[in-house]
Amino acid sequence: MIWNESKECMSRDELMNLQSKRLVKTVDRVYHNVEYYRKKMQSVGIEPGDIRGVEDIHKLPYTTKDDLRDTYPFGLFATPMSEIVRVHASSGTTGKATVVGYTRRDIEIWSECVARAMTMAGIGRGDVVQVAYGYGLFTGGLGAHYGAEHLGATVVPQSTGNTKKLITMMIDFGVTAIACTPSYLLHIAETLENENLLGQIKLKSAVCGAEPWTEAMRLQIEDRLHIKAHDIYGLSEVMGPGVACDCEFHQGLHIAEDHFYPEIIDPETLEPLDANQPGELVFTTLTKEGLPLLRYRTKDLTSISYDKCECGRTSARISRFKGRSDDMLIIRGVNVFPSQIEAALLEMSGTTPHYMMIVDRTNNLDTLEVQVEVEERFFSDEIRELENLSKQIARTIQMAIGLAVKVKLVEPKTLERFEGKSKHVIDNRKLI
Amino acid sequence: MKQLSVFLENREGRLEEALGILKDQNINIISMSVADTADYGMLRLIVNDVEKGKEALQKEGFSAHFSEVVAVRLPHVVGSLHDALSSLSKAGINIEYLYALCTKTDEAAIVIKPSDKDGAVKALTDAGFKFFTDGDLF
Repeated sequence: MIWNESKECMSRDELMNLQSKRLVKTVDRVYHNVEYYRKKMQSVGIEPGDIRGVEDIHKLPYTTKDDLRDTYPFGLFATPMSEIVRVHASSGTTGKATVVGYTRRDIEIWSECVARAMTMAGIGRGDVVQVAYGYGLFTGGLGAHYGAEHLGATVVPQSTGNTKKLITMMIDFGVTAIACTPSYLLHIAETLENENLLGQIKLKSAVCGAEPWTEAMRLQIEDRLHIKAHDIYGLSEVMGPGVACDCEFHQGLHIAEDHFYPEIIDPETLEPLDANQPGELVFTTLTKEGLPLLRYRTKDLTSISYDKCECGRTSARISRFKGRSDDMLIIRGVNVFPSQIEAALLEMSGTTPHYMMIVDRTNNLDTLEVQVEVEERFFSDEIRELENLSKQIARTIQMAIGLAVKVKLVEPKTLERFEGKSKHVIDNRKLI
Repeated sequence: MKQLSVFLENREGRLEEALGILKDQNINIISMSVADTADYGMLRLIVNDVEKGKEALQKEGFSAHFSEVVAVRLPHVVGSLHDALSSLSKAGINIEYLYALCTKTDEAAIVIKPSDKDGAVKALTDAGFKFFTDGDLF
């Protein structure tokens, strides 16, 4: 099934015309409505008239998370706040969050994109969809929720946290599809196996995303749960989940190209790369009103194929992600930068003690341990004081990144030092 | 009395290494206690030369510091520890930790880390207790 055949199966020529028209409008709008963009374009000597179509897109300057930080919270919004009906936020590289805003039409287009993705995963009217992403500032929960409603499915807004309750409802409500992170779905599978409940579920499909996973992991989910598993991609800055998703042929993720114009660039030289060349994924939003982004660097490493897919869709496909061009970690679906931990420790103690982040996966759930050296100024011979210290560190970090952490105090000078840029992360997660 | 306090990670051989350093420096341990948690331990020592012990341990990368503790002499009779502690509790003083102290005499003794050192010394003195100070034990 294809949700919107007229858009998803357009000829490449037609699509390029549509993209060009929308790009020209977007550039014109941000130039006139967003001072930050206008200055940025002026600084490289570009005016809206210079952009006549997608062939001119390389003339535009790039946008990064830093631009969003510099204009925190609403500086890049292209509409008055009275038009904004919702905001979401994700982790910034330091203390401040990255804030995104949506107009009513943005939410409609987002729901449309998620509906396309869920249709690719074989979900439709009559299905019962359990949304087990976190609800709140994170785009996963509400994004999947509105998309599934738009699709006409019955939505169970489960959110995350209580796996036993989730399984009870999955069985009692006859849930046929689920949206969650792949690692959480594996955790659910394991629980179902242990409780001997696999025979009682009606699940047939899953759309998983918000964290990196492998094809082997996808096949394992399909095998253990006897369902079809699909990879849904998105990032809050660009929209949220639904920017791209893979169809039943699993040959890469179809981009909603009529709304998001993709490019691949060399992250070092910033030169655009050809099709099928691996590099950093860059998106320009073509229809967004609240927060349009020009050439936003996702820092995700992948490649793009423009070959027609067997499913009939003509949209470009991104291959499985090969990593990041920055040091962002995705832990339980939450974006975490080591610089956030550093900022939190700095805020707490004045200077940053030596620390190391240990990321691991136990029972398919990510864990984060932060080891902090007990320096002179932290020392106490009383266990109570030391325990208060580690609790305080844990609380400060948790407030900064929104994730529970285990803090372990270690002896001074035992954490490894690195020449130059110090390394603060040990990621022991094995993507199976 | 000065106590040597050492932060130890909870892993094989770490206590042994710390004690090895003291041995090499010819430092005698009079008494000790170890408080343990899942991740780390706190080694508390009464030694014959705290300065030298601290320096040697710090030089080898250990987190070693002095802590002021109270060493109380106790008559070797039933109830003397209880009496000492009840004088503290009456004065509203909390005990962070305590352990037994080895003496050369027939006396018993304990090391106490009270929440309020001066108050503890006063309360114990008023109750007729005496103290060991640095050097009394070696």
